[in-house]
Amino acid sequence: MSMAGLSLKQAPPISVPFRFFLSAPLFLLLAALALLAAGPAALESRWSQPLLGITHLLTLGFMSMVMSGAALQLLPVLAGAQVPQPRLMAWAIHLPLLAGTLLLCGGLYFSTAILVTLAIPLLALAFAVFLTIAIYNLARAPARNASTHAMLLALAALSLTVGLGLLLAAGITGMLKLSMLPLVVLHVGWGLIGWTTLLVIGVAYQVVPMFQLTQPYPSIVTRWLGSTLFVLMLVWSCHLLLPEPAASRLAIAAACGLAACLATFAVITLRLQQKRRRKVPDIVMQFWRVGLASLLTAAILWLAGQVSTTLANSTFYALALGMLFIIGFVLSVIQGMLYKITSFLIWFHLQGKLPPGKAPHMKDIITDRTARWHWRIHLASLPLCLASAMWPMPWIYAAGCALLLGGILLLTNLYRAWNIYLRAGAKAQGVPV
Amino acid sequence: MQTITDYLSAEHRHCDDMFAEAEAAAAKNDLAAAQAGFTAFHKGMEHHLSKEETIMFPAFEQASGSSMGPTSVMRMEHEQMRELFAEMQAALAAKDTHTYAGLSETLLVLMQQHNFKEEQMLYQMADRTLGDREDIVRQMEALP
Repeated sequence: MSMAGLSLKQAPPISVPFRFFLSAPLFLLLAALALLAAGPAALESRWSQPLLGITHLLTLGFMSMVMSGAALQLLPVLAGAQVPQPRLMAWAIHLPLLAGTLLLCGGLYFSTAILVTLAIPLLALAFAVFLTIAIYNLARAPARNASTHAMLLALAALSLTVGLGLLLAAGITGMLKLSMLPLVVLHVGWGLIGWTTLLVIGVAYQVVPMFQLTQPYPSIVTRWLGSTLFVLMLVWSCHLLLPEPAASRLAIAAACGLAACLATFAVITLRLQQKRRRKVPDIVMQFWRVGLASLLTAAILWLAGQVSTTLANSTFYALALGMLFIIGFVLSVIQGMLYKITSFLIWFHLQGKLPPGKAPHMKDIITDRTARWHWRIHLASLPLCLASAMWPMPWIYAAGCALLLGGILLLTNLYRAWNIYLRAGAKAQGVPV
Repeated sequence: MQTITDYLSAEHRHCDDMFAEAEAAAAKNDLAAAQAGFTAFHKGMEHHLSKEETIMFPAFEQASGSSMGPTSVMRMEHEQMRELFAEMQAALAAKDTHTYAGLSETLLVLMQQHNFKEEQMLYQMADRTLGDREDIVRQMEALP
């Protein structure tokens, strides 16, 4: 890339990422309400229709929503170039993702095939635009490092996950005749371990040392972990092509390797954080720690499931793994980072509009006190979720209420922050507020 | 032989350490230590920024034939940091450790994303394109 072509200017308009960040918590609320409405029936099996709907409210509605907003904000920094037409791109991803997720989740939750049919083109559009922008920008990033490498692998995994998801949706609606189970297994594996974990790993390589002032990750980890995880996922996927007993053996061996990779990442990150140079209490790091502890627990439980068939065949096992991974690991990490990115972006955009020294600082935009309350409730929701996986009645109601409260706190914290931006911005333009 | 990337990145790490010490002292309400830590950090940062602004950036701008490219954004971010330095100093003078903590958090994010762009892109590009990079490191080292 020529020197003159490098643009280090970063910020797309604030509305680009914030439409995603402000929509995402609504899906957490919806998921909690849907869980409470469905009651213990939702947790009768991992395949219950309500549970499929609720899971997608979390993965598509919350996780993908936040990740899309963050990507549109951060890709220009990584790529050293602006994403062209950022507002148009944001529309083209946000609206179909929002509508497609609502339709898909409604269709799954209420077993209504027509809603799933309507969701297919919308989700296909949202992800096609997102993947095109993300892969194009990352592939030309001048910064070639372990992070961008892991993110590219994550995007490959996302492409697979989305492709499998669309096939499954077509299967549900009867458009295609498919043998669903192997496709579901691949969809879940590539979505959670391929896409989500690889993305978190790629992000962690940068943000953990940067914001918590830790040592960098050991180079043996940054060099090998992402590729190993990806190759093991490919190996694991092959078990579906083999006859028994070779299939089971391969699946168990690959799962053990994958669980070891996840545990390694969790333990190394926790160790780095323990020895960080920044000594002040940091609520965002507390979210990270809950997330990493959950990931480690999930990896150990997964390993245990490889040894004990009784455990592996229990409903508790599948439910607990999903809860530890999605709510414990991914939700914790995303919510923590969301606080940091939203409060920084509001400061950043306001300092450009207001006279020097007048922009509120990050801890005035989202206070430690309210973020800490959210963290406490989120932490409390985890044992309640696990209890509900074992004894749906009555624990599902406690878990649902804790998730609902956590969602409300996230929502109010983010909307209060957004309101600070709007009021200060209006004041800067002399508009009465 | 030291590259521009190595030399200036090491300064980032050194400034991070001083930043963390000042922040930790302010969090413990130890105002004297916080002031001493902040003064050291501020001095270190200003020295680092002026090495870039008076030696490395001009050399880069001359080689690329433009002062409107990446270095102009970096200079702008330096000004944003300087505004925060002034606010942090004012917060310490007013014994307001809450405000200091919030400004410190804000500065950290601004500074780290700035350092990322310099270390991952600008410095490496300078190392590749500036023929006399050892001389540039020497000049920066000699800056009082």
